[in-house]
Amino acid sequence: MPKFARVITIGEQELEWLSLGAAVFGAGGGGDPLMGTLMAQQAIRTHGPATMVGLDTLDDDDLILPVAMVGAPTVMVEKFMSGDEGDRIRERIENEIGRKVAALSSAELGGVNGVIPFAWAATSGLPIVDCDLMGRAFPELQMTTAAVAGVDINPVVITDERGNLVSFTTATPKWAETLVRTVVGAMGGEASMCLYPMTVAQAKQAAILNSMSRALEVGRLLHEAEDDPVGALCAAVEGFPLVVGKVTDVNRQTTEGFAKGSATIEGTGADAGRTLRMEFQNENAVLFEGDSVVASVPDIITAVDVHTARPIVTEQLRYGHRVSILALPCDPIWRTDEALAVVGPRTFNYDIDYIPVEELNG
Amino acid sequence: MKTENALRIGVDVGGTNTDAVVIDDAGAVLSKVKVATTPAPIDGIRAALDAVLPDVDTSRITKAMLGTTHPANAIIQRRELDKVGVLRLAAPSSFGVRSGAAWPDDIRNLVLGAAAIIEGGNEYTGQEIAPLDDEAVKRFAGDAIEAGCNAIAVSAAFSPASNDHELRAFELLRAELGPEIAVSLSHQVGSLGLLERENATILNAALLSVATSVVEGFEAALSAHDLEVDAFLTQNDGTLMTAAHAGRFPVLTLGSGPTNSMRGACALAGVNDAVVIDIGGTSADAGILVDGFPRESSAAVEVGGVRTNFRMPDLISIGLGGGTVVRDARAGNGDSLVVGPDSVGYAVATEARCMGGSTLTLSDISLAAGRLRTFGDARLVEDLDESLVIDSLAWVDEQVMIMTERMKSSRDEVPLLAVGGGAHLVSDDIAGVSAVLRPENFAIANAYGACIAEASGTVDRVYSYDTDGRDDCIADARDLAVNAAVRAGADPEEIRITAVTEIPMTYVPGGGCRVMVKAAGPLA
Repeated sequence: MPKFARVITIGEQELEWLSLGAAVFGAGGGGDPLMGTLMAQQAIRTHGPATMVGLDTLDDDDLILPVAMVGAPTVMVEKFMSGDEGDRIRERIENEIGRKVAALSSAELGGVNGVIPFAWAATSGLPIVDCDLMGRAFPELQMTTAAVAGVDINPVVITDERGNLVSFTTATPKWAETLVRTVVGAMGGEASMCLYPMTVAQAKQAAILNSMSRALEVGRLLHEAEDDPVGALCAAVEGFPLVVGKVTDVNRQTTEGFAKGSATIEGTGADAGRTLRMEFQNENAVLFEGDSVVASVPDIITAVDVHTARPIVTEQLRYGHRVSILALPCDPIWRTDEALAVVGPRTFNYDIDYIPVEELNG
Repeated sequence: MKTENALRIGVDVGGTNTDAVVIDDAGAVLSKVKVATTPAPIDGIRAALDAVLPDVDTSRITKAMLGTTHPANAIIQRRELDKVGVLRLAAPSSFGVRSGAAWPDDIRNLVLGAAAIIEGGNEYTGQEIAPLDDEAVKRFAGDAIEAGCNAIAVSAAFSPASNDHELRAFELLRAELGPEIAVSLSHQVGSLGLLERENATILNAALLSVATSVVEGFEAALSAHDLEVDAFLTQNDGTLMTAAHAGRFPVLTLGSGPTNSMRGACALAGVNDAVVIDIGGTSADAGILVDGFPRESSAAVEVGGVRTNFRMPDLISIGLGGGTVVRDARAGNGDSLVVGPDSVGYAVATEARCMGGSTLTLSDISLAAGRLRTFGDARLVEDLDESLVIDSLAWVDEQVMIMTERMKSSRDEVPLLAVGGGAHLVSDDIAGVSAVLRPENFAIANAYGACIAEASGTVDRVYSYDTDGRDDCIADARDLAVNAAVRAGADPEEIRITAVTEIPMTYVPGGGCRVMVKAAGPLA
């Protein structure tokens, strides 16, 4: 697959690709990229295209600002952003830290946050750096490679469409999660934020590099694939096709603010006779076959349509869906004991050890 | 009040044909007719009524139902559309995606006149995002007139839960503009999802002139036969609106065609729960009826390139029909047989082998296998390789089985209804299917479906389970839906709840949950 250059112009077409790629890395969650894509496309029509650059095009001392939107998907479709949130957050950070922001980045590649930063980048004229802090989607603010690397999450700034703005100094990233969630509720269930401001030198250690251009490539490939899109997708992401089958049961419940549940997949064709259970907590968390683990967080478990390879989010899974379940190895940064303490199976209440997908299915 | 032995007329205006039927209280078909659809649909409706009524005691007819694709075609063909002033009540939120985002240029230029986003709208909690800016509403009224708009669409954030800002904007606009400029309100048109609901409301406003001509034409055609009956139009979900209501909410009729077809076919077969597969010359469409209604799609529906969130039947479509081309590539390099996806379509009557043509189609295969009996000359397909026939039918059977599986909501067996000109392709023995039914009269299934339509009411709003308790919230939603059904004309004694859907809100404290309830019943 051809690699993109180190400086990539992101126009309306590139956003379509990115949104598809971001959904693949969303592991069944992360929020629908559509609203983010429409926002970014409007910003690009108004202000011109955004630019995505490699970390090595910046100076080590340059300041990078990871950004995201946070809140309930149900609210985001009804009360969306005004477009000036990104500038307001950036100005506050520049005042607090006393330095100019050189570039924005996505805090979370998977789902809506893979595309939203491009709206703010186009508006501000700042580039987006080709990296993120998850390499996928996760439900909480401490579940970042930056937290694992010891980068300070503060100051955390969140703002709403009215111009309300709160700057937090929090004891730990987990406290940031708790406090931000409380304020987002008061703001009406949806807000824009920045977190883990860091230098380029820090990002080289603490971020997942080249993840955005990878999502862009995957999205373009999916967009253009004609013969065997699932095979092409697997090859592009070095993914493991774990089962091809039919969804025969979906169980959902909502507890503690998470959409929890499981889907049963009965194998078809070469997989006939196999029964797997995919458990999700906003994102897909663990894939079981009987009592055996076939794949688990932090590896990326994504269900795709068996014909088109388009990713299927957990809310859309239902009986009769023909799916291929893929597992993508997570970035190696997630595979240390320190990282697994933040995003491993036990943080999602599974009493199992994490074993990399390529060892389980080698 | 119910009249003994009352009769109903159902009329369906499709792209090709206009059908009409007269049925009695028990659902028996007394008279039926199929005429060509005319450029001005009203001519076809008149012709159909002229042909269906002579043998019927018209004094017993009490109700007339119309299903029509005319408004849908007006959007698809970009004709007869009004210019619309688009007012959104959501500032300071929502400037990030403006009205008409992602519309195709041609329809946006044609339909969107003035557009503004002003202060107003609500949060999911019911609090105001901002108080409604009355002065901005009045200024917008002037701007819309200046831009040549003859209809207005008003959409407020979270209006399905809190509609007071839309209602006040309506009063203000009415005072400024008078009754000649119609105003469509989004909470009366669509559900949660501001952008899609706004799109639906704009389309609704743009269709008002078309709707008025359809409704007036239908009523005039009925009057011409001295029929003093209640007139209704069928909507997307298979239920009825009064003709007067339909004149104000034409967008709700856009998906009525497939719905009427599925409901009509099931009623003709005497079942309430079934997968329906409609096979024509080119494609096969499958849907499912649950408790008498089509299951609705959860995905957004595009109409003429515009994304909306109407409740539309959940349909899947694949390239499988009587005219589907079969290519035998096995002899050459050991490659497999290729069926479709291309089709000779209507030309199957001349192009297919069994009709003396030169193209091998699924109709030829079906005839050779004995599934098709009433078409073509079996001698022309006698020489077909037996394994070719077996392999082609295996492919068809697998596709039908997969479509059925995708439609079913559980592993329980359900009946499968096979309708359409290509229904012969469907095997009588399909895994997961209790019986394959082939109703007679399915050619007039659409008009029959219109005839048997019921009245309904729906509610779609956000509740707080932590504050009010889940049971009370659901009970409140059920009451609201039942009341809405009564207002729509349903018999209060016979209303039933046909769907309850709960979508919990993640990331939000207070146990917020979106609850959707639908109630339906026969007309009082």
